[in-house]
Amino acid sequence: MRAFNAVFLREVRLALRHPADTLAAVLFFVLVCALFPFGVGPAPETLARIAPGALLAAALLAALLPLDRLFGAEAEDGSLDQLLLSGLPPAALAMAKALGHWVTTGLPLLAATPVAAAMLNLPTEAWGAAVIALALATAVLSLFGTAGAALTLGARRGGVLLPLLVLPLAIPAVIFGAAGIEAAAAGLEARPYLLLLGALLAVAAPMAPLAAGAALRAE
Amino acid sequence: MLQGQDLACWRGERAVFAGLSFDLAPGGALLLTGPNGAGKSSLLRLLAGLIPAAEGRLLWEGADALADRVAHARRLRYLSHADALKPSLTARENLEFFARLWGGEVEPALGALGLTELAELPARVLSSGQKRRLALARLALAPAAIWLLDEPTVGLDAASVERLGALLAAHRGRGGMVLAATHLPLPLPGAGELRL
Repeated sequence: MRAFNAVFLREVRLALRHPADTLAAVLFFVLVCALFPFGVGPAPETLARIAPGALLAAALLAALLPLDRLFGAEAEDGSLDQLLLSGLPPAALAMAKALGHWVTTGLPLLAATPVAAAMLNLPTEAWGAAVIALALATAVLSLFGTAGAALTLGARRGGVLLPLLVLPLAIPAVIFGAAGIEAAAAGLEARPYLLLLGALLAVAAPMAPLAAGAALRAE
Repeated sequence: MLQGQDLACWRGERAVFAGLSFDLAPGGALLLTGPNGAGKSSLLRLLAGLIPAAEGRLLWEGADALADRVAHARRLRYLSHADALKPSLTARENLEFFARLWGGEVEPALGALGLTELAELPARVLSSGQKRRLALARLALAPAAIWLLDEPTVGLDAASVERLGALLAAHRGRGGMVLAATHLPLPLPGAGELRL
């Protein structure tokens, strides 16, 4: 547990030293959401209708941005060898990296959710559901993304391969997340959809780090 | 006791080395020598469990060392060509991470390599020799049975080589083992040589 905390705290400390990476993801998220009113026109009803899906898609794409450097930067400076020899099982190492990615990318996106939701004219009663849905969906993406980053490490054009590998896995998260926000916006119960999203997270939490660990070991 | 038996390593279709055997007793040291590309670095990575052995076995106290690679990792320190430093963290912060992993005190480790005055500088402004010293300072943190060193003295000045010599002597005095790949003379009195 001490080694797990050490790796996780290192991730956070490195992100604080390079706030530009986190900021870039947040700005990307807000800007993509700002593009929709230009594209579909400012009609409030149209915007509100596409808001749930647009929020989810924009957040997942933004969270994807720093993923290709997750293990790439570590491999380049020799840190990956040291991490693999840290005495932490590779799956636990991947879990610490995934948690670090979520805290330094997913969590800041949640802070920007009200801004993005306002630009997409999402009814305020759905904002709570939107934050929960994005929290769960970005956590799922951090987990699958870590596995994808481990698998594409060392591959030529890994940065292109990574989204192709990870985004299809995130489709269920988009479906349940957007459905939850939509239900809340229509004054219905968002809980069942968010619970399904939580179930997805509960499956990804043990599976993805195991896959990532196996990929790191085979590197 | 660390024993390699008929170790072989393949890179693609080509054998880097094959039929390599050695015995290393507590307190012992082994220098890996050979021309560039002979497989010195590959052998060290193999011994660390980072790459699989194509053939042969690695034994620790008579049992397969790589059966439990996490346990094997805990009894060794590996110094690679790369210094594994994060440029944005200070020298002290870089070392603090490893102290959290393995235990040990940061200040004496910095002192052992003469880095106390550079502790607050970010690693990116250190010279390559100073970075190497910071990487070597990891060895001074907490004891581990096996040290695998890949060209440890590259870029070091004479005073730093002397400091490394003191570290190596203390490590071997505790019964530690050293395997070092090198082209330069190392302060390892009585070390065996393994030619690749």
